[in-house]
Amino acid sequence: MATEPQNDSPVATNAVDAEVALSLRGASKSFGPVVALADGTIEVRHGEIHALVGENGAGKSTLVKILAGLYIPDAGDFRIGGQTVAFKSPADSKTAGISVIYQEPTLFPDLTVAENIFIGRQPRNRVGFIDRGEMRARARDLFTTLGVPIDPDRVAAGLSIADQQIIEIAKAISLDAKVLVMDEPTAALSGIEVERLFGVARNLRDKGAGILFISHRFEEVFALCDRITVMRDGRYIGVHTTADVTVPEIVKEMVGRELGALFPKEVAPIGATVLAVEGLTRAGVFSDITFEVRAGEIVALAGLVGAGRTEVARAIFGIDKYDAGSVTLNGRALKPHSPIAAITAGIGFVPEDRRQQGLVMELSVAKNATLTLRESLARFGLISGKRERAAATDWTARLQVKTSSQDYAVSTLSGGNQQKVVLAKWLATEPKLLIVDEPTRGIDVGTKAEVHRLLSDLAGRGIAIIMVSSELPEVLGMADRVLVMHEGRISEEFSREAATAENVMHAATAAREVA
Amino acid sequence: MTTALHFFRARGVPVAGALVALIIVTSIVNPRFLSPQSVKDLMLNATIVIILAVGQALVIITRNVDLSIGSILGLVAFGTGSLFNAFPGVPIPLVFVAGMIFGALLGAINGFLVTAAKVPALVITLGTMYIFRGVLTSWAGSKQYFSGDNPKEFGALSVDTFFGFPIITLVAIVVVAAVALYMQYMRAGRDLYAIGSAPDAAKLFGIRVTPRVLAAFIASGALTGLAGVLYTSRYNSVGALTGTGLELDVVAAVVVGGVAISGGTGTVVGAAIGAVLLSTITSSLTATRVDKFWQQAIVGVLILSAILIDRIVSLRNAKKLRVSEARDV
Repeated sequence: MATEPQNDSPVATNAVDAEVALSLRGASKSFGPVVALADGTIEVRHGEIHALVGENGAGKSTLVKILAGLYIPDAGDFRIGGQTVAFKSPADSKTAGISVIYQEPTLFPDLTVAENIFIGRQPRNRVGFIDRGEMRARARDLFTTLGVPIDPDRVAAGLSIADQQIIEIAKAISLDAKVLVMDEPTAALSGIEVERLFGVARNLRDKGAGILFISHRFEEVFALCDRITVMRDGRYIGVHTTADVTVPEIVKEMVGRELGALFPKEVAPIGATVLAVEGLTRAGVFSDITFEVRAGEIVALAGLVGAGRTEVARAIFGIDKYDAGSVTLNGRALKPHSPIAAITAGIGFVPEDRRQQGLVMELSVAKNATLTLRESLARFGLISGKRERAAATDWTARLQVKTSSQDYAVSTLSGGNQQKVVLAKWLATEPKLLIVDEPTRGIDVGTKAEVHRLLSDLAGRGIAIIMVSSELPEVLGMADRVLVMHEGRISEEFSREAATAENVMHAATAAREVA
Repeated sequence: MTTALHFFRARGVPVAGALVALIIVTSIVNPRFLSPQSVKDLMLNATIVIILAVGQALVIITRNVDLSIGSILGLVAFGTGSLFNAFPGVPIPLVFVAGMIFGALLGAINGFLVTAAKVPALVITLGTMYIFRGVLTSWAGSKQYFSGDNPKEFGALSVDTFFGFPIITLVAIVVVAAVALYMQYMRAGRDLYAIGSAPDAAKLFGIRVTPRVLAAFIASGALTGLAGVLYTSRYNSVGALTGTGLELDVVAAVVVGGVAISGGTGTVVGAAIGAVLLSTITSSLTATRVDKFWQQAIVGVLILSAILIDRIVSLRNAKKLRVSEARDV
């Protein structure tokens, strides 16, 4: 994995630079064998708004958590105002002058707005009691400064996300924060709210604060930020002055890795329409989703985390409700909100989180693989262990699940083999449509290829497949068609031939320009 | 306006209203219900539950629960009896201090287990409830201490009055006032609300969750210890079974008093009023000659309606939140 240096202005060297509010260089963080961050490097100066961009899984969140004191990095040089720091807890980060505003702020719903701002450092009177009047007055002052009227006495429950973020910002100001980290703050905001937030951010910048702004929306990044740092695959790629780069250049850096022919789907004859989704809508989550999947076809739902892909998949399978629209399988309308109807009709669903939703971790491989067959395996309502094992052996052998015994708890298997057990569970029902959500998340490269070969194989047998995936190479390699979702809508559709890393990424991030 | 809103959210007002209505209706049906002796009995009956409810409210506000308080009360009550038996001349204030320290130690065991094991408090304290009771059973055996064995002045605490209030009831009122002030006006008290309201957020904020939760359990234990000493003063005998089943009465009182079982809301004053309400209901149903079975059923209905109100309020809030969150898609 080559990291070509394309730095316009390299990160400051060891010399203490008064301009620099925060610098992190070469930070790494691993969880067991999984490397979440290989080279986290960022520099935020006083009085600048600095963007951090990268694909899902590029390591942005890990970097933010290191800044917030939630993760302790394995290695790396971390300085605040030139001083080396080593945070052990979020409190350390706060003391050092870093305030993090998350996409979904974490306020205390039962406490008042004023108390949410001042919790743990409420103003006190001479007796040591909390001075509520003073606390209220200070909160009001903060909101006046920010130009946003929020009643300090109301409880936080029921506030809009935008108002909750303003409260977090008010807290950051009251803490005299030197660096404000905003982790995808605009993801859940309306246009007006975004403008208001930007006004506040510019105001803070002009007063000398350093702001780290993490966003997937290029129009926002280019409108607001002074510099842009790009990350990819857990590594720092480069930093640019916004005025000197273009959106395509940034996109190229974000996705620019050798795609190769890692995940080739074999050509399969495409048959009749299996699934037709028509105008599927859930208020506030996704809207007007319309597409078809044919036998032997793999349709990828691409897009960013939070674009609504998993929610659409869950709605089709009947786990989540939808407000409008219809799902038709082989020409027959599917009963909404009923996973049982979906399974009976021939839909299999491999969820994103296999440990929580796909498997019963404590049960044996055999029991997990035959969970969907309980009815047909039972005789007089009782399931015989022998028949269970026989059925399980059949499928686990076909999928080459590596386990020394069918009786071992499925939790003892590797991630890839667990995923195969989930697949086996659904294949045993002989589905017509298989929905796979992030089929290779957390699976090592070798097994990944096996899972891909399996999916390709299944498509070859005439099964229609919907694949939700955040990994571009997987999407490009596997899908016959790519549907890109952005903020709850399908923003673009690409054929296998037309789809490229750049245009998929662009549709996922900057749909407003494209559409 | 906002303070009025705050008042109603705490739900002390409607609970107090229910209490007043109950007393009025009962005294119309049975005028003797408000005779001086009867009122004194009402207060005495409520006293111990009030103190237990205040301690339990501290724990529940942090989104935990302490089911072992019945056993802790039994241990302390029997310990108090033993103390007077072994050292007849022991100063009474010392007995109170000893009882509260004993209770605090037992509370600390709960607190340590809950914060260290990261297992729900429900399970941990269910376990310690049986363990503490087991210890008491093997310690007490079939032995009982009777009020006649204790010094006269000690028993007098539950008989003598001061401006019409039994002494031990005054103790309870002081406890309620002190803890209420602490929870409302001290940072540590507010931290307890924050922890119960959103435990993960509390960690993100850098609130020291573990010591605070530990402290809540210790305080609950100490207050239960105090209640245990008062129990020995108030009741005729203490033995291996003292306090059995009390924990659920207390949790019921706390919930009826407006402390959400999921933590974060409610006040100790509300919990105390809930305790008075529940103990008064029993008396008033007896005074109006309602069947024993209906007495329990009515308490059950009260608990369910309290929980229902909580649920409706939180569902409304959630709905509001979802609507305001809905993006302009």
